[in-house]
Amino acid sequence: MTSEALAGPGRYLQAQIRWRWSEIAFWLATLLPFVLTPSYLLLASQVAITALFALSLDLILGYAGIVSLGHAAYFGIGAYTAGLISTAGWGEPLTGLFAAAIAAGIFGYLTSFIVARFHHLALIMITLGIGLVLQEAANSASWLTGGFDGLQGIHTWPMFGRFHFDLYGYTAYSYSLAALFVIFLIARRLIHSPFGLALRGIRENGQRMPAIGAPTHAHIRTIYTIAAIIAGIAGAVLAQTTETVSLETLGFQRSADVLVMLILGGTGRLYGGLVGAAVYMVARDQFSGLNPQYWYFWIGLLLIAVVMLLPNGILGGLSLLARRARAQS
Amino acid sequence: MNETALSTHGLNKSFGSLVVASNVELNLPAGARYALIGPNGAGKTTLINLVTGMLRPDAGRIFLGDADITALAPDERVRLGLVRTFQINSLFPHLTALESVTLAVCERRRVAQTWWRQLTAYRDEIDEAYDILAALTLAAVCHRPTRELAYGQQRLLEIALALATRPKVLLLDEPAAGVPREESRELFAAIAGLSRDISVLFIEHDMDLVFRFASRVIVMVGGRVLLEGTPRDIASDPRVRAVYLGKARQEAVS
Repeated sequence: MTSEALAGPGRYLQAQIRWRWSEIAFWLATLLPFVLTPSYLLLASQVAITALFALSLDLILGYAGIVSLGHAAYFGIGAYTAGLISTAGWGEPLTGLFAAAIAAGIFGYLTSFIVARFHHLALIMITLGIGLVLQEAANSASWLTGGFDGLQGIHTWPMFGRFHFDLYGYTAYSYSLAALFVIFLIARRLIHSPFGLALRGIRENGQRMPAIGAPTHAHIRTIYTIAAIIAGIAGAVLAQTTETVSLETLGFQRSADVLVMLILGGTGRLYGGLVGAAVYMVARDQFSGLNPQYWYFWIGLLLIAVVMLLPNGILGGLSLLARRARAQS
Repeated sequence: MNETALSTHGLNKSFGSLVVASNVELNLPAGARYALIGPNGAGKTTLINLVTGMLRPDAGRIFLGDADITALAPDERVRLGLVRTFQINSLFPHLTALESVTLAVCERRRVAQTWWRQLTAYRDEIDEAYDILAALTLAAVCHRPTRELAYGQQRLLEIALALATRPKVLLLDEPAAGVPREESRELFAAIAGLSRDISVLFIEHDMDLVFRFASRVIVMVGGRVLLEGTPRDIASDPRVRAVYLGKARQEAVS
Protein backbone atom coordinates (compact mmCIF):
# COMPACT_ATOMS: atom_id res chain seq x y z
CA MET A 1 0.00 0.00 0.00
CA THR A 2 1.61 3.25 -1.10
CA SER A 3 1.24 6.33 1.01
CA GLU A 4 -0.35 8.08 -1.96
CA ALA A 5 -3.23 5.65 -1.99
CA LEU A 6 -3.59 6.14 1.73
CA ALA A 7 -3.77 9.90 1.58
CA GLY A 8 -7.49 9.36 0.99
CA PRO A 9 -8.60 7.94 4.33
CA GLY A 10 -6.54 10.38 6.38
CA ARG A 11 -7.58 13.39 4.34
CA TYR A 12 -11.25 12.56 4.70
CA LEU A 13 -10.96 12.51 8.48
CA GLN A 14 -8.89 15.70 8.37
CA ALA A 15 -11.71 17.43 6.52
CA GLN A 16 -14.11 16.67 9.36
CA ILE A 17 -11.83 18.35 11.87
CA ARG A 18 -11.28 21.56 9.90
CA TRP A 19 -12.91 24.74 11.21
CA ARG A 20 -15.92 25.73 9.14
CA TRP A 21 -16.83 29.32 8.27
CA SER A 22 -20.09 28.94 10.16
CA GLU A 23 -18.13 28.12 13.31
CA ILE A 24 -15.91 31.19 12.97
CA ALA A 25 -19.02 33.31 12.36
CA PHE A 26 -20.63 31.84 15.46
CA TRP A 27 -17.75 32.78 17.72
CA LEU A 28 -17.48 36.27 16.22
CA ALA A 29 -21.21 36.68 16.91
CA THR A 30 -20.64 35.94 20.60
CA LEU A 31 -18.76 39.27 20.74
CA LEU A 32 -21.76 41.24 19.42
CA PRO A 33 -23.42 41.79 22.84
CA PHE A 34 -20.49 44.05 23.78
CA VAL A 35 -21.43 46.51 21.02
CA LEU A 36 -25.08 45.85 20.19
CA THR A 37 -26.71 45.14 23.55
CA PRO A 38 -24.35 46.39 26.26
CA SER A 39 -27.24 46.63 28.71
CA TYR A 40 -27.80 42.89 28.41
CA LEU A 41 -24.28 41.76 29.25
CA LEU A 42 -25.36 40.17 32.52
CA LEU A 43 -27.92 38.10 30.64
CA ALA A 44 -25.26 37.28 28.03
CA SER A 45 -23.01 36.09 30.84
CA GLN A 46 -25.77 33.83 32.17
CA VAL A 47 -26.26 32.47 28.67
CA ALA A 48 -22.54 31.70 28.30
CA ILE A 49 -22.49 29.92 31.68
CA THR A 50 -25.56 27.88 30.82
CA ALA A 51 -24.11 27.11 27.41
CA LEU A 52 -20.99 25.74 29.11
CA PHE A 53 -23.19 23.62 31.37
CA ALA A 54 -25.13 22.35 28.33
CA LEU A 55 -21.85 21.58 26.57
CA SER A 56 -20.82 19.34 29.45
CA LEU A 57 -24.15 17.50 29.25
CA ASP A 58 -23.69 17.10 25.48
CA LEU A 59 -20.40 15.29 26.07
CA ILE A 60 -22.15 12.55 28.05
CA LEU A 61 -25.58 12.58 26.39
CA GLY A 62 -24.80 13.51 22.81
CA TYR A 63 -21.55 11.58 22.51
CA ALA A 64 -21.80 8.67 24.94
CA GLY A 65 -25.60 8.34 25.16
CA ILE A 66 -25.78 8.76 28.94
CA VAL A 67 -29.10 10.41 29.84
CA SER A 68 -28.86 12.38 33.07
CA LEU A 69 -31.53 14.18 35.07
CA GLY A 70 -29.15 15.09 37.86
CA HIS A 71 -26.37 16.94 36.08
CA ALA A 72 -26.92 20.04 38.23
CA ALA A 73 -25.28 18.12 41.08
CA TYR A 74 -21.85 18.85 39.58
CA PHE A 75 -22.80 22.40 38.62
CA GLY A 76 -23.88 23.02 42.21
CA ILE A 77 -20.75 21.48 43.72
CA GLY A 78 -18.67 23.81 41.56
CA ALA A 79 -20.80 26.80 42.57
CA TYR A 80 -20.63 26.02 46.30
CA THR A 81 -16.90 25.26 46.20
CA ALA A 82 -16.11 28.57 44.51
CA GLY A 83 -18.52 30.37 46.83
CA LEU A 84 -17.14 28.80 50.00
CA ILE A 85 -13.55 29.59 49.08
CA SER A 86 -14.59 33.19 48.61
CA THR A 87 -16.50 33.41 51.90
CA ALA A 88 -13.46 31.87 53.59
CA GLY A 89 -11.55 34.95 52.47
CA TRP A 90 -9.93 34.02 49.17
CA GLY A 91 -11.76 35.73 46.30
CA GLU A 92 -9.26 35.23 43.49
CA PRO A 93 -11.43 33.92 40.62
CA LEU A 94 -9.06 31.58 38.74
CA THR A 95 -7.90 29.61 41.78
CA GLY A 96 -11.55 29.38 42.88
CA LEU A 97 -12.42 28.05 39.45
CA PHE A 98 -9.66 25.47 39.65
CA ALA A 99 -10.74 24.29 43.11
CA ALA A 100 -14.34 24.00 41.93
CA ALA A 101 -13.22 21.92 38.94
CA ILE A 102 -11.34 19.53 41.22
CA ALA A 103 -14.22 19.18 43.70
CA ALA A 104 -16.77 18.50 40.95
CA GLY A 105 -14.32 16.14 39.24
CA ILE A 106 -13.81 14.07 42.40
CA PHE A 107 -17.55 13.76 42.97
CA GLY A 108 -18.03 12.98 39.27
CA TYR A 109 -15.39 10.26 39.38
CA LEU A 110 -16.90 8.65 42.49
CA THR A 111 -20.44 8.65 41.08
CA SER A 112 -19.23 7.47 37.67
CA PHE A 113 -18.74 3.97 39.09
CA ILE A 114 -22.49 3.77 39.70
CA VAL A 115 -23.48 5.55 36.49
CA ALA A 116 -21.35 3.29 34.25
CA ARG A 117 -23.28 0.21 35.34
CA PHE A 118 -26.78 1.34 34.33
CA HIS A 119 -28.70 2.22 31.19
CA HIS A 120 -31.90 3.87 30.02
CA LEU A 121 -34.63 4.39 32.63
CA ALA A 122 -32.53 3.06 35.51
CA LEU A 123 -29.82 5.56 34.63
CA ILE A 124 -32.29 8.46 34.59
CA MET A 125 -33.55 7.43 38.04
CA ILE A 126 -30.04 7.08 39.41
CA THR A 127 -28.84 10.46 38.17
CA LEU A 128 -32.09 12.01 39.44
CA GLY A 129 -31.41 10.38 42.81
CA ILE A 130 -27.84 11.70 42.94
CA GLY A 131 -29.15 15.22 42.31
CA LEU A 132 -31.87 14.99 44.96
CA VAL A 133 -29.57 13.50 47.60
CA LEU A 134 -27.02 16.23 47.07
CA GLN A 135 -29.57 19.05 47.15
CA GLU A 136 -31.09 17.84 50.42
CA ALA A 137 -27.63 17.29 51.90
CA ALA A 138 -26.76 20.90 51.04
CA ASN A 139 -30.08 22.03 52.48
CA SER A 140 -29.51 20.28 55.81
CA ALA A 141 -25.87 21.40 56.07
CA SER A 142 -27.01 25.01 56.43
CA TRP A 143 -24.07 25.84 58.74
CA LEU A 144 -21.89 25.41 55.66
CA THR A 145 -24.11 26.26 52.70
CA GLY A 146 -26.51 28.78 54.21
CA GLY A 147 -29.29 26.27 53.48
CA PHE A 148 -32.47 27.69 52.02
CA ASP A 149 -31.23 31.28 52.24
CA GLY A 150 -28.24 30.55 50.05
CA LEU A 151 -24.58 31.31 50.57
CA GLN A 152 -24.05 34.91 51.65
CA GLY A 153 -21.00 37.10 51.62
CA ILE A 154 -19.23 36.02 48.44
CA HIS A 155 -16.85 38.62 47.11
CA THR A 156 -14.95 38.00 43.91
CA TRP A 157 -11.68 39.86 43.56
CA PRO A 158 -10.90 41.69 40.32
CA MET A 159 -9.71 39.45 37.49
CA PHE A 160 -5.90 39.54 37.30
CA GLY A 161 -6.14 42.17 40.05
CA ARG A 162 -7.32 44.72 37.48
CA PHE A 163 -10.78 44.04 36.02
CA HIS A 164 -13.55 44.56 38.56
CA PHE A 165 -16.78 42.62 38.28
CA ASP A 166 -18.84 45.70 37.48
CA LEU A 167 -22.61 46.23 37.55
CA TYR A 168 -22.93 46.18 33.78
CA GLY A 169 -21.33 42.81 33.35
CA TYR A 170 -18.39 43.66 31.09
CA THR A 171 -15.99 41.62 33.17
CA ALA A 172 -18.61 38.97 33.91
CA TYR A 173 -19.40 38.34 30.25
CA SER A 174 -15.73 38.46 29.24
CA TYR A 175 -14.92 35.91 31.93
CA SER A 176 -17.87 33.59 31.13
CA LEU A 177 -17.24 33.79 27.40
CA ALA A 178 -13.51 33.10 27.82
CA ALA A 179 -14.26 30.06 30.00
CA LEU A 180 -16.80 28.81 27.46
CA PHE A 181 -14.44 29.29 24.52
CA VAL A 182 -11.40 27.65 26.11
CA ILE A 183 -13.40 24.64 27.28
CA PHE A 184 -15.14 24.42 23.94
CA LEU A 185 -11.74 24.16 22.25
CA ILE A 186 -10.80 21.32 24.59
CA ALA A 187 -14.12 19.56 24.04
CA ARG A 188 -13.76 19.94 20.28
CA ARG A 189 -10.34 18.36 20.44
CA LEU A 190 -11.70 15.57 22.61
CA ILE A 191 -14.50 14.58 20.24
CA HIS A 192 -12.06 14.37 17.32
CA SER A 193 -9.69 12.14 19.28
CA PRO A 194 -9.60 8.33 19.40
CA PHE A 195 -11.47 8.63 22.71
CA GLY A 196 -14.16 10.72 21.01
CA LEU A 197 -14.54 7.97 18.42
CA ALA A 198 -14.89 5.41 21.21
CA LEU A 199 -17.63 7.52 22.80
CA ARG A 200 -19.55 7.61 19.54
CA GLY A 201 -19.12 3.84 19.40
CA ILE A 202 -20.74 3.55 22.83
CA ARG A 203 -23.62 5.76 21.74
CA GLU A 204 -24.10 3.87 18.47
CA ASN A 205 -23.89 0.36 19.89
CA GLY A 206 -22.81 -0.06 23.49
CA GLN A 207 -23.45 -3.80 23.32
CA ARG A 208 -20.96 -4.28 20.52
CA MET A 209 -18.13 -2.33 22.14
CA PRO A 210 -16.93 -5.13 24.48
CA ALA A 211 -16.81 -7.44 21.46
CA ILE A 212 -14.13 -5.24 19.86
CA GLY A 213 -12.19 -5.22 23.12
CA ALA A 214 -13.37 -1.85 24.40
CA PRO A 215 -13.41 -1.28 28.17
CA THR A 216 -16.78 0.48 27.98
CA HIS A 217 -17.12 1.17 31.69
CA ALA A 218 -13.69 2.79 31.86
CA HIS A 219 -14.58 5.01 28.89
CA ILE A 220 -17.84 6.05 30.55
CA ARG A 221 -16.09 6.80 33.84
CA THR A 222 -13.59 9.02 32.03
CA ILE A 223 -16.13 11.09 30.09
CA TYR A 224 -18.47 11.33 33.06
CA THR A 225 -15.65 12.73 35.17
CA ILE A 226 -14.67 15.21 32.44
CA ALA A 227 -18.30 16.33 32.07
CA ALA A 228 -18.57 16.77 35.86
CA ILE A 229 -15.44 18.95 35.85
CA ILE A 230 -16.87 21.17 33.10
CA ALA A 231 -20.23 21.43 34.89
CA GLY A 232 -18.37 22.38 38.05
CA ILE A 233 -16.49 25.12 36.20
CA ALA A 234 -19.79 26.49 34.87
CA GLY A 235 -21.19 26.53 38.39
CA ALA A 236 -18.10 28.28 39.72
CA VAL A 237 -18.32 31.02 37.07
CA LEU A 238 -21.96 31.57 38.01
CA ALA A 239 -21.12 31.83 41.72
CA GLN A 240 -18.23 34.21 41.08
CA THR A 241 -20.03 36.50 38.63
CA THR A 242 -23.31 36.73 40.58
CA GLU A 243 -21.68 36.52 44.03
CA THR A 244 -24.49 34.32 45.31
CA VAL A 245 -25.08 30.58 45.46
CA SER A 246 -28.51 29.13 46.17
CA LEU A 247 -29.82 25.59 46.49
CA GLU A 248 -31.35 26.10 43.05
CA THR A 249 -27.86 25.54 41.53
CA LEU A 250 -28.15 21.89 42.62
CA GLY A 251 -31.83 21.58 41.84
CA PHE A 252 -33.88 19.30 39.64
CA GLN A 253 -35.19 22.30 37.71
CA ARG A 254 -31.69 23.19 36.55
CA SER A 255 -30.98 19.59 35.52
CA ALA A 256 -34.23 19.45 33.57
CA ASP A 257 -33.74 22.89 31.98
CA VAL A 258 -30.29 22.05 30.65
CA LEU A 259 -31.60 18.81 29.16
CA VAL A 260 -34.37 20.77 27.44
CA MET A 261 -31.88 23.32 26.07
CA LEU A 262 -29.62 20.62 24.71
CA ILE A 263 -32.47 18.79 22.99
CA LEU A 264 -33.79 22.11 21.68
CA GLY A 265 -30.41 22.93 20.14
CA GLY A 266 -29.55 19.40 19.02
CA THR A 267 -27.49 16.72 20.76
CA GLY A 268 -24.14 15.36 19.67
CA ARG A 269 -23.04 18.49 17.81
CA LEU A 270 -21.14 20.49 20.47
CA TYR A 271 -22.89 23.66 19.28
CA GLY A 272 -26.35 22.30 20.10
CA GLY A 273 -26.10 23.11 23.78
CA LEU A 274 -24.73 26.56 23.00
CA VAL A 275 -27.48 27.46 20.56
CA GLY A 276 -30.13 25.81 22.76
CA ALA A 277 -29.01 27.76 25.82
CA ALA A 278 -29.07 31.05 23.92
CA VAL A 279 -32.51 30.45 22.39
CA TYR A 280 -34.01 29.16 25.63
CA MET A 281 -32.69 31.91 27.86
CA VAL A 282 -33.41 34.78 25.48
CA ALA A 283 -36.91 33.34 24.92
CA ARG A 284 -37.41 33.07 28.69
CA ASP A 285 -36.25 36.64 29.13
CA GLN A 286 -38.64 37.89 26.46
CA PHE A 287 -41.62 35.73 27.39
CA SER A 288 -41.33 36.56 31.07
CA GLY A 289 -41.31 40.24 30.08
CA LEU A 290 -44.55 39.73 28.13
CA ASN A 291 -46.27 37.58 30.66
CA PRO A 292 -44.38 36.97 33.88
CA GLN A 293 -46.73 34.31 35.26
CA TYR A 294 -47.17 32.02 32.31
CA TRP A 295 -43.86 32.09 30.49
CA TYR A 296 -43.38 28.33 30.90
CA PHE A 297 -46.47 28.00 28.71
CA TRP A 298 -44.51 29.48 25.82
CA ILE A 299 -41.39 27.46 26.62
CA GLY A 300 -43.55 24.32 26.58
CA LEU A 301 -45.03 25.28 23.24
CA LEU A 302 -41.56 25.98 21.81
CA LEU A 303 -40.31 22.60 23.03
CA ILE A 304 -43.23 20.70 21.49
CA ALA A 305 -42.86 22.58 18.20
CA VAL A 306 -39.12 21.98 17.94
CA VAL A 307 -39.26 18.29 18.83
CA MET A 308 -42.18 17.68 16.43
CA LEU A 309 -40.81 19.64 13.51
CA LEU A 310 -37.05 19.28 14.07
CA PRO A 311 -36.32 15.92 15.70
CA ASN A 312 -32.59 16.66 15.70
CA GLY A 313 -33.03 20.07 17.27
CA ILE A 314 -32.49 23.53 15.82
CA LEU A 315 -29.01 22.70 14.51
CA GLY A 316 -30.25 19.43 13.02
CA GLY A 317 -32.88 21.42 11.14
CA LEU A 318 -30.35 24.00 9.98
CA SER A 319 -27.91 21.40 8.68
CA LEU A 320 -30.79 19.70 6.83
CA LEU A 321 -31.63 23.04 5.19
CA ALA A 322 -27.98 23.60 4.30
CA ARG A 323 -27.76 20.15 2.71
CA ARG A 324 -30.92 20.77 0.68
CA ALA A 325 -29.64 24.16 -0.48
CA ARG A 326 -26.36 22.56 -1.57
CA ALA A 327 -28.24 19.80 -3.41
CA GLN A 328 -30.31 22.44 -5.25
CA SER A 329 -27.38 24.48 -6.45
CA MET B 1 1.99 -28.90 16.77
CA ASN B 2 -1.53 -29.77 17.89
CA GLU B 3 -1.78 -27.20 20.63
CA THR B 4 -5.22 -26.34 21.95
CA ALA B 5 -6.35 -22.82 21.12
CA LEU B 6 -9.65 -22.90 22.97
CA SER B 7 -11.22 -25.48 25.24
CA THR B 8 -14.13 -25.81 27.62
CA HIS B 9 -14.55 -28.30 30.43
CA GLY B 10 -17.93 -29.34 31.77
CA LEU B 11 -19.72 -26.20 30.65
CA ASN B 12 -23.29 -26.04 31.95
CA LYS B 13 -26.00 -23.43 31.60
CA SER B 14 -29.73 -23.50 32.06
CA PHE B 15 -32.49 -20.91 32.08
CA GLY B 16 -34.93 -22.28 34.63
CA SER B 17 -35.79 -25.78 33.46
CA LEU B 18 -34.44 -25.19 29.96
CA VAL B 19 -30.96 -26.66 29.63
CA VAL B 20 -29.04 -24.76 26.95
CA ALA B 21 -25.57 -26.19 27.62
CA SER B 22 -25.02 -29.55 29.22
CA ASN B 23 -21.51 -30.65 30.09
CA VAL B 24 -20.02 -29.20 26.90
CA GLU B 25 -16.42 -30.24 26.21
CA LEU B 26 -15.01 -28.21 23.36
CA ASN B 27 -11.52 -28.56 22.00
CA LEU B 28 -10.34 -26.28 19.25
CA PRO B 29 -6.75 -26.93 18.10
CA ALA B 30 -4.54 -24.08 16.92
CA GLY B 31 -5.15 -23.26 13.28
CA ALA B 32 -8.40 -25.20 13.20
CA ARG B 33 -11.25 -24.66 10.75
CA TYR B 34 -14.18 -26.16 12.62
CA ALA B 35 -17.87 -25.94 11.90
CA LEU B 36 -20.51 -26.02 14.61
CA ILE B 37 -23.82 -27.34 13.35
CA GLY B 38 -27.13 -28.39 14.84
CA PRO B 39 -30.84 -27.70 14.54
CA ASN B 40 -32.32 -24.38 15.70
CA GLY B 41 -32.29 -24.16 19.48
CA ALA B 42 -29.43 -26.63 19.81
CA GLY B 43 -27.44 -24.09 21.84
CA LYS B 44 -24.84 -23.06 19.25
CA THR B 45 -25.11 -19.30 19.74
CA THR B 46 -25.49 -19.86 23.48
CA LEU B 47 -22.17 -21.70 23.44
CA ILE B 48 -20.51 -18.72 21.75
CA ASN B 49 -22.12 -16.40 24.31
CA LEU B 50 -20.77 -18.57 27.13
CA VAL B 51 -17.28 -18.84 25.70
CA THR B 52 -17.00 -15.09 25.02
CA GLY B 53 -18.34 -14.16 28.45
CA MET B 54 -21.60 -12.58 27.33
CA LEU B 55 -23.33 -15.25 29.43
CA ARG B 56 -22.02 -16.63 32.71
CA PRO B 57 -21.93 -20.44 32.86
CA ASP B 58 -23.57 -22.18 35.84
CA ALA B 59 -20.58 -24.52 35.98
CA GLY B 60 -17.46 -25.36 34.01
CA ARG B 61 -14.25 -23.71 32.93
CA ILE B 62 -13.06 -22.03 29.73
CA PHE B 63 -9.44 -21.95 28.62
CA LEU B 64 -7.79 -19.82 25.96
CA GLY B 65 -4.59 -21.72 25.31
CA ASP B 66 -3.46 -22.54 28.84
CA ALA B 67 -5.06 -19.52 30.48
CA ASP B 68 -8.26 -19.94 32.47
CA ILE B 69 -10.50 -17.12 31.24
CA THR B 70 -13.73 -18.20 32.95
CA ALA B 71 -13.83 -15.17 35.24
CA LEU B 72 -12.79 -12.53 32.69
CA ALA B 73 -15.10 -9.85 31.28
CA PRO B 74 -15.97 -10.03 27.56
CA ASP B 75 -13.68 -7.14 26.59
CA GLU B 76 -10.76 -8.68 28.50
CA ARG B 77 -11.22 -11.93 26.56
CA VAL B 78 -11.19 -9.98 23.31
CA ARG B 79 -7.92 -8.32 24.26
CA LEU B 80 -6.47 -11.79 24.87
CA GLY B 81 -7.51 -12.80 21.35
CA LEU B 82 -10.89 -14.51 21.72
CA VAL B 83 -13.20 -12.73 19.31
CA ARG B 84 -16.65 -13.32 17.85
CA THR B 85 -18.97 -11.97 15.19
CA PHE B 86 -22.74 -11.77 15.42
CA GLN B 87 -25.44 -13.63 13.55
CA ILE B 88 -27.52 -10.45 13.35
CA ASN B 89 -25.42 -7.45 12.29
CA SER B 90 -24.29 -5.57 15.36
CA LEU B 91 -22.52 -2.53 13.95
CA PHE B 92 -22.23 1.21 14.48
CA PRO B 93 -24.89 2.61 12.12
CA HIS B 94 -23.74 6.24 11.93
CA LEU B 95 -19.98 5.58 11.93
CA THR B 96 -18.32 5.04 8.59
CA ALA B 97 -16.79 1.64 7.88
CA LEU B 98 -13.31 3.16 8.26
CA GLU B 99 -14.19 4.85 11.55
CA SER B 100 -15.62 1.60 12.91
CA VAL B 101 -12.55 -0.47 12.07
CA THR B 102 -10.18 2.32 13.16
CA LEU B 103 -11.96 2.31 16.51
CA ALA B 104 -11.34 -1.42 16.89
CA VAL B 105 -7.66 -0.98 15.95
CA CYS B 106 -7.31 1.89 18.46
CA GLU B 107 -8.86 -0.23 21.21
CA ARG B 108 -6.43 -3.04 20.47
CA ARG B 109 -3.46 -0.70 20.52
CA ARG B 110 -4.72 0.84 23.75
CA VAL B 111 -4.91 4.37 22.39
CA ALA B 112 -8.69 4.72 22.55
CA GLN B 113 -8.40 6.36 25.98
CA THR B 114 -6.39 9.22 24.50
CA TRP B 115 -8.52 12.36 24.30
CA TRP B 116 -5.91 15.09 23.89
CA ARG B 117 -4.55 14.04 20.48
CA GLN B 118 -6.56 14.18 17.32
CA LEU B 119 -7.46 10.99 15.53
CA THR B 120 -5.76 12.13 12.34
CA ALA B 121 -2.42 11.90 14.15
CA TYR B 122 -2.91 8.12 14.28
CA ARG B 123 -1.90 7.39 10.71
CA ASP B 124 -0.74 3.84 11.44
CA GLU B 125 -4.06 2.91 13.00
CA ILE B 126 -6.04 4.44 10.14
CA ASP B 127 -3.82 2.77 7.54
CA GLU B 128 -4.18 -0.60 9.23
CA ALA B 129 -7.96 -0.24 9.32
CA TYR B 130 -7.95 0.73 5.66
CA ASP B 131 -5.86 -2.31 4.74
CA ILE B 132 -8.25 -4.63 6.57
CA LEU B 133 -11.20 -3.11 4.71
CA ALA B 134 -9.35 -3.27 1.41
CA ALA B 135 -8.57 -6.97 1.91
CA LEU B 136 -12.30 -7.57 2.36
CA THR B 137 -13.17 -5.53 -0.79
CA LEU B 138 -14.61 -2.67 1.26
CA ALA B 139 -12.07 0.04 0.35
CA ALA B 140 -14.40 1.79 -2.08
CA VAL B 141 -17.13 2.24 0.51
CA CYS B 142 -14.96 2.89 3.55
CA HIS B 143 -16.20 6.48 3.97
CA ARG B 144 -19.86 5.55 3.78
CA PRO B 145 -21.86 5.41 7.01
CA THR B 146 -22.42 1.79 7.98
CA ARG B 147 -26.20 2.05 7.70
CA GLU B 148 -25.87 2.94 4.01
CA LEU B 149 -23.84 -0.18 3.15
CA ALA B 150 -25.41 -3.10 1.32
CA TYR B 151 -26.31 -6.04 3.55
CA GLY B 152 -23.50 -8.24 2.25
CA GLN B 153 -21.01 -5.43 2.85
CA GLN B 154 -22.26 -5.12 6.42
CA ARG B 155 -21.61 -8.85 6.91
CA LEU B 156 -18.04 -8.28 5.71
CA LEU B 157 -17.70 -5.33 8.06
CA GLU B 158 -18.65 -7.64 10.95
CA ILE B 159 -15.63 -9.75 10.03
CA ALA B 160 -13.43 -6.68 9.48
CA LEU B 161 -14.20 -5.50 13.02
CA ALA B 162 -13.26 -8.90 14.39
CA LEU B 163 -10.01 -9.01 12.40
CA ALA B 164 -9.05 -5.54 13.61
CA THR B 165 -8.76 -6.98 17.13
CA ARG B 166 -6.09 -9.46 15.85
CA PRO B 167 -7.88 -12.58 17.06
CA LYS B 168 -6.18 -15.84 17.96
CA VAL B 169 -9.53 -17.59 18.05
CA LEU B 170 -12.37 -16.38 15.87
CA LEU B 171 -15.94 -17.51 16.50
CA LEU B 172 -18.18 -16.72 13.53
CA ASP B 173 -21.90 -16.93 14.20
CA GLU B 174 -23.48 -17.65 10.81
CA PRO B 175 -21.23 -15.21 8.96
CA ALA B 176 -23.20 -15.65 5.73
CA ALA B 177 -26.68 -15.42 7.30
CA GLY B 178 -28.99 -13.72 4.83
CA VAL B 179 -26.33 -13.36 2.15
CA PRO B 180 -27.18 -14.67 -1.35
CA ARG B 181 -25.55 -18.00 -2.17
CA GLU B 182 -22.98 -16.71 -4.65
CA GLU B 183 -21.82 -13.98 -2.28
CA SER B 184 -21.69 -16.34 0.68
CA ARG B 185 -19.15 -18.45 -1.23
CA GLU B 186 -16.94 -15.38 -1.69
CA LEU B 187 -17.37 -14.57 1.97
CA PHE B 188 -16.27 -18.04 2.99
CA ALA B 189 -13.38 -17.91 0.57
CA ALA B 190 -12.23 -14.81 2.47
CA ILE B 191 -12.57 -16.70 5.74
CA ALA B 192 -10.69 -19.70 4.33
CA GLY B 193 -7.92 -17.32 3.28
CA LEU B 194 -7.32 -16.09 6.83
CA SER B 195 -3.94 -16.70 8.37
CA ARG B 196 -3.46 -20.14 9.94
CA ASP B 197 -2.47 -18.32 13.12
CA ILE B 198 -6.17 -17.77 13.62
CA SER B 199 -8.24 -20.72 14.80
CA VAL B 200 -11.76 -20.52 13.43
CA LEU B 201 -15.03 -22.02 14.63
CA PHE B 202 -18.06 -21.12 12.56
CA ILE B 203 -21.75 -21.81 12.87
CA GLU B 204 -23.32 -22.47 9.48
CA HIS B 205 -26.53 -24.04 8.21
CA ASP B 206 -25.52 -24.50 4.58
CA MET B 207 -24.07 -28.02 4.44
CA ASP B 208 -22.25 -27.39 1.17
CA LEU B 209 -20.29 -24.58 2.83
CA VAL B 210 -19.67 -26.67 5.93
CA PHE B 211 -18.29 -29.60 3.95
CA ARG B 212 -16.19 -27.33 1.80
CA PHE B 213 -14.56 -25.13 4.39
CA ALA B 214 -14.49 -27.13 7.64
CA SER B 215 -11.84 -29.71 8.45
CA ARG B 216 -13.93 -31.01 11.31
CA VAL B 217 -17.53 -30.63 12.35
CA ILE B 218 -19.12 -30.51 15.80
CA VAL B 219 -22.80 -31.42 16.01
CA MET B 220 -24.88 -30.00 18.86
CA VAL B 221 -28.38 -31.09 19.81
CA GLY B 222 -30.35 -29.94 22.82
CA GLY B 223 -27.41 -28.22 24.51
CA ARG B 224 -25.13 -31.28 24.18
CA VAL B 225 -22.33 -32.14 21.83
CA LEU B 226 -23.74 -35.12 19.97
CA LEU B 227 -20.68 -35.91 17.95
CA GLU B 228 -17.50 -34.53 16.45
CA GLY B 229 -15.72 -35.71 13.35
CA THR B 230 -14.61 -35.07 9.79
CA PRO B 231 -17.29 -33.87 7.37
CA ARG B 232 -17.28 -37.38 5.87
CA ASP B 233 -17.96 -39.00 9.27
CA ILE B 234 -20.71 -36.53 9.98
CA ALA B 235 -22.39 -36.94 6.62
CA SER B 236 -22.57 -40.70 7.01
CA ASP B 237 -23.63 -40.79 10.65
CA PRO B 238 -27.20 -42.02 10.99
CA ARG B 239 -27.87 -40.01 14.15
CA VAL B 240 -26.88 -36.79 12.43
CA ARG B 241 -29.06 -37.64 9.46
CA ALA B 242 -31.93 -38.29 11.82
CA VAL B 243 -31.74 -35.14 13.93
CA TYR B 244 -30.26 -32.64 11.55
CA LEU B 245 -29.79 -33.36 7.90
CA GLY B 246 -33.25 -34.80 7.46
CA LYS B 247 -34.72 -31.74 9.03
CA ALA B 248 -32.56 -29.40 7.00
CA ARG B 249 -33.66 -31.13 3.80
CA GLN B 250 -37.28 -30.72 4.82
CA GLU B 251 -36.67 -27.03 5.42
CA ALA B 252 -34.92 -26.65 2.11
CA VAL B 253 -37.82 -28.29 0.28
CA SER B 254 -40.52 -26.29 2.00
